[in-house]
Order: sequence, then C-alpha cells, then structure tokens
Amino acid sequence: MKTLYRVGASVAALALLVTAAACSSENAVNRDDDDTSGGGGGTYGYRIAVVTHGAAGDAFWSIVKNGVEKAGTDLGDTITYSSDGDPQKQAQLIDAAVNQKVDGLVVSMANPDALKASVEKAVAAGIPVITINSGASRSAEFGALTHIGQDERVAGEAVGTELKNQGVKNVVCVIHEAGNVGLEERCAAVGATLGGQLQNLQVDINNLQAAQSTIKAKLQSDTAIDGVVTLGGPVANVAAAGITEAASSAKLATFDLNAEVAKAVQDGKILFAVDQQPYLQGYLAVTMLTQYKANLNVLGGGQQVLTGPALVTKENAAQVAELAAAGTR
Amino acid sequence: MTAAVATEAGDERVARVGPLTRLLLKPELGALLGAVLVFAFFALLSGVFRSASGVANWLDPASTLGIMAVAVALLMIGGHFDLSAGVQTGTAAITSGILTTYYGVNTWAALALSLLLCLAIGFVNGYLVVRTKLPSFIITLGTFLMLQGLNLGVTKLVTNTVQVNNFDKIQGYGVLKAIFASEITIGGAPFQIAIVWWVVATVIGSWVLLRTRFGNWIFAVGGDLTAARNVGVPVQRTTIALFMTTSFAAWFVGTTQIVRLTSIQAQAGFGQELIYIVAAVIGGCLLTGGFGSAIGASIGALIFGMTSQGIVYAGWDADWFKFFLGAMLLLAVLANQYIRRFAEQSRR
Repeated sequence: MKTLYRVGASVAALALLVTAAACSSENAVNRDDDDTSGGGGGTYGYRIAVVTHGAAGDAFWSIVKNGVEKAGTDLGDTITYSSDGDPQKQAQLIDAAVNQKVDGLVVSMANPDALKASVEKAVAAGIPVITINSGASRSAEFGALTHIGQDERVAGEAVGTELKNQGVKNVVCVIHEAGNVGLEERCAAVGATLGGQLQNLQVDINNLQAAQSTIKAKLQSDTAIDGVVTLGGPVANVAAAGITEAASSAKLATFDLNAEVAKAVQDGKILFAVDQQPYLQGYLAVTMLTQYKANLNVLGGGQQVLTGPALVTKENAAQVAELAAAGTR
Repeated sequence: MTAAVATEAGDERVARVGPLTRLLLKPELGALLGAVLVFAFFALLSGVFRSASGVANWLDPASTLGIMAVAVALLMIGGHFDLSAGVQTGTAAITSGILTTYYGVNTWAALALSLLLCLAIGFVNGYLVVRTKLPSFIITLGTFLMLQGLNLGVTKLVTNTVQVNNFDKIQGYGVLKAIFASEITIGGAPFQIAIVWWVVATVIGSWVLLRTRFGNWIFAVGGDLTAARNVGVPVQRTTIALFMTTSFAAWFVGTTQIVRLTSIQAQAGFGQELIYIVAAVIGGCLLTGGFGSAIGASIGALIFGMTSQGIVYAGWDADWFKFFLGAMLLLAVLANQYIRRFAEQSRR
C-alpha cells in the first residue's frame, strides 16, 4: 500500500507540473476573450422562485435558467431556480416556495394535474404565478397570470408543413426520452401536416454514439425514408452524421438548437431548426412578474405569449450560432 | 470431508470430466450460443442486418460497450461492482474537453490529466471499499452521484451550457482521430477502429484472467475472501487495481466518444453502468463474484449490440423497444444458466 501512496503522490505532483508547463492558448478554441455579461443595476429586489420540470443537465433547461438568471441580474431581483422531473417532487418544490412567501412564481407544467393543488395554493396566497414552456391549456384555469411558451402542436405542424413543401414524404421522428408527452406531441403534429408517412424511433440521449448507430440502422433498413426529424440539438448532430454514414439522402430537421446545430444548418447538413427561444421564456417570465409587482402590467391579455416557433435556416444561422455558443439561444 | 472418503470417492475437484462437459462448463459458452441464435434470428428477418454495412453498424455500439464490459467483468469476478463506471466515461471526456478547449492545455497533457483523474477515482473507489468493508455498491453509488453532479456543475460553470464542443479544432486532433475513431473499410462498409480495441481488450482481459498470477488473485478474491487472504493473496492491492482498471477503460471509452462526436454532453454515460453489468452477466459472470470470463462479457456486449440494432432493422414499433431488449437479454441469461446447470449436473 505504501508504494501505491508514494506513486500516487508523485503522479499528482507530475500532473501539476505538466499542467503548468503545457498551457497554450492555441488549444483554447472555446474560450471567450471578451466578457459579454452586460446590464445589471436594477433595484426591484423582488424574490422570485422558478420551479421547472427540466432534468438537471438538459441543454434546453440550462438556457431557460440562463435567461432567468440574466433577468434577475438585470432587474435586481433575487432568483431561486429549482427543478425536478418527477411531478410530485416538483409540486413539493412549489409548496416550499409558497411557504417562503416569495414575491412571484414561475412554473413549467409538463404534468398540470399533479401541480394543480400547489399552483392554486400559490395563487390563493396572493403570489402571482406565470407558467412557462408547457401546460398552456390549463394555465388560466389554475389562476396563473399568463403562459409564455411555444405551442408544441403549432410548432410541430410548422415543421410538417415545411417538410411537405420540401417534398419529403416518409419521415422518421427520433424520440430521445421515452414517455415524454411533449416529444410525442411534436412527432404527432409533424405527421398531421406532413401528409405522408411518419414513424417514431427510440434512442437514448445519454448514449449518443449508440443513437447514431440506431438512426443509421433505421435508414439502412428502410431506404424509402426521405426525412428525419429530431427533437433536441445533440440528437440532431448525431442524426446528421448517421444520415451521411448510411449514404441516405434524407433531409434533416430538428427542434431546439445548440451551437453545432446552428453550424450544421449553415453548412446545409440540417435543413432547418425550430427554436422556441427558451432563453426568452425564462427572461420574459421574470420580467413580467417584476412589472406586475411594480406596475400591475400583464402581457398577452389572457392569451398565451408565444416564444416560438422561430425557424433557424441557412439565412440566419450564422448569427444565431454565436448566441447559441454563449448559452442564450 | 475426511481424507479417507476423499480417497475412496476420488477428489471431486480433480475428477476427470469429458471434453463436452468441460466445454459446457465454460462461462462464455451459453452466451456464445445465445449470440449465434440472436444473429440467426435477426439475419433471417433483415437482409441489411447480415450485410457488411449492417454488421459494421451493430459492431459499433457493441465495441465500446465491450471494452467496458471486459473491465467490469474482471471487477465482478473480483466480487465488486462499479456504478460510477458509466458516468466516468463522461468525466473523462468532459475533463479532456474543458482542459483543452477552455484552458488551452496541450492536448496530450490534457488526455494524461483526465486519465490520471480517472485512475484517481478508481483508486478512491477501491481504497474506500477495502478500508471501510462497505459493499462496493454503496461506495460507487456515492461516487456515481458525486460525479454526476460534478460533470454537470463544472461543465455549466465553465461553458455556460451543458456541452463541451469544438474538440475537433484542438492541436493533434488528426492523430487522436486515427487512434480512437478512424474507420477501416472492409467489404465497402466502414468498421470503427474501436472494434479492434475491443478485441485487444478482450484478449488482454482473458490473458490476465487465465494466464497470470494476478488473474488467479482475482478469482480467489471474488470466490472466497478469507481463504484468499489466508493463502497470502494481496486482497487490497488486487481490489484497488481492479477498480483502477475499470476507470482506465472508462477513460478510454470516454475519449473515444469525445473524439468521435467532437462534443460531449454533461450527462453522457448516465445509466450506462447497468448496461455494462448486464453485458458481463449475459456473458456468464456471477453477481456474487468468483466466476466469469472476459470473453463472455465481450459476447454479452455483442448480443446487446445485435439486439439493440436488430430491433431497428426488423422495423418493430419503437414504443416496445425496451421491452424487446429486456426480453432478449433475459432469455440470453436464462439460456446461459440452464446450460451451466445442465453441465454441472452431468458432471456428478
């Protein structure tokens, strides 16, 4: 054992030396030279709780969180962000925020029924609630001020229509999270306006390499497929590679964005990407709650405020790519 | 058992058995038969499945899984689990990615550092297991959760998003690509070089297990800890080395992933640790330790790769995907167990 420790210690020392000696700026391709964080200086000082259903590590929700936090800094509000994919635990997080008597509450409702009691409790306690992302149809019923988000059906139908215009007839829709209502809804909506065939394919978001093989396998086994729709940025990238490897001519469209997707759209590997602007969902919700508290302003007049679908195509991809890399698109 | 009885009946441990029984007693034989059946099944259903490009496609996920499964099998034979093995692949890739693309560390130094980090994690896992005598299940569950949080927290902190990308823009990427993610064209189909590394890992794993003193130690430690200690097997060193081997494999597979995808997600590898264990178990490893083989684990990975891609080739409804996968795996394990039991009975 002693020898092992000694080896361990020398290895650690060596590691430090190597790091110190080996830093070269050429490799730092992702480092931002200029500090882009501007704004700030607001003095509203409200305490706003944001409780979402997004899993930790989900690229999409990290952008929402960035938007929420930026709005907090800009306006001078104190933000607490928490999330849990389990509806019951999410409801408990909402209850906790209500107990702390926050000044405003932002909730995403992937499973409205499970959150009904908690949201209504918040409203009854006089806390203004804004729902974001999902749960639009139940938002007003629960007493929320308004809903900010993209209607999955509207977005899916837009994708279906666009693909139809491009002459795509046989689509495989890649679901990366089994049992997610929103994802199923998107695929169904694409099929509704496509006017051709649509089938779902299941992959695991945590093993993208295998996802790529699976998409490739699907394209090899069914050569009639001329369109692929993915429902998240990372999957879109491996789908693009899978299409190339399978020597398929299928056209690729995707929901949700990241820097690589924007780049692939620019290069023509992805036809277009649907952006529901998650940053805006977070930023706007905090801003609207702040304005409501300060000035009783409400946007939308009882209708939901749509943040999407914003289509990212070859024309605007270059500008969006930079913003996506910064975590705001 | 008294000496008299032993002489009279012949020592059952050195009893002569027929060649067929000896073959059937090998841990990997059931898996091999399972693999043949799974192949035949899907090959009949789909022409693409048995074509060169189809083979290349299902060998691809099997290869990285296989590399992990061999290491995990050694650890399981030694009587332990590593639930942090999956997430460590992510840790390795994220570390290399962040060190190079954000901190400008020299590519080779960054890879060396992420390897050291993984080996350190393996050391800590092993050290805690031998020192506390707690089940490795608990210790590595702790490491798993910690790494899961670290992977996400650090990635978010440094990149402001949950992925590290642009790995293909670093110095020496071409060399890395050649080592970890190049393709070899056979019969017009691109085979991933990871398949070669998989074979190498299997050969090394088998050799260590069957031909070296260390291999004997692994069986001894996993079979009967007290007995192993009594005959002078360095139990602690063996256990720690096994955890570090798993970590090394995780580093290798994680590196393969970031080189190939050129980006890595913060949640990469979550949940994969169970798949590694499944592959090892299909390949004949016992959950209780002391029994199993490296080649069996590799065949387990092969079955998993063929099944997961075969279901797609067969065009079955995606909603039932996991059910089919689970049923296939269960069947493979049951067949394996049946064959072994049959062999053990016929020996008496």
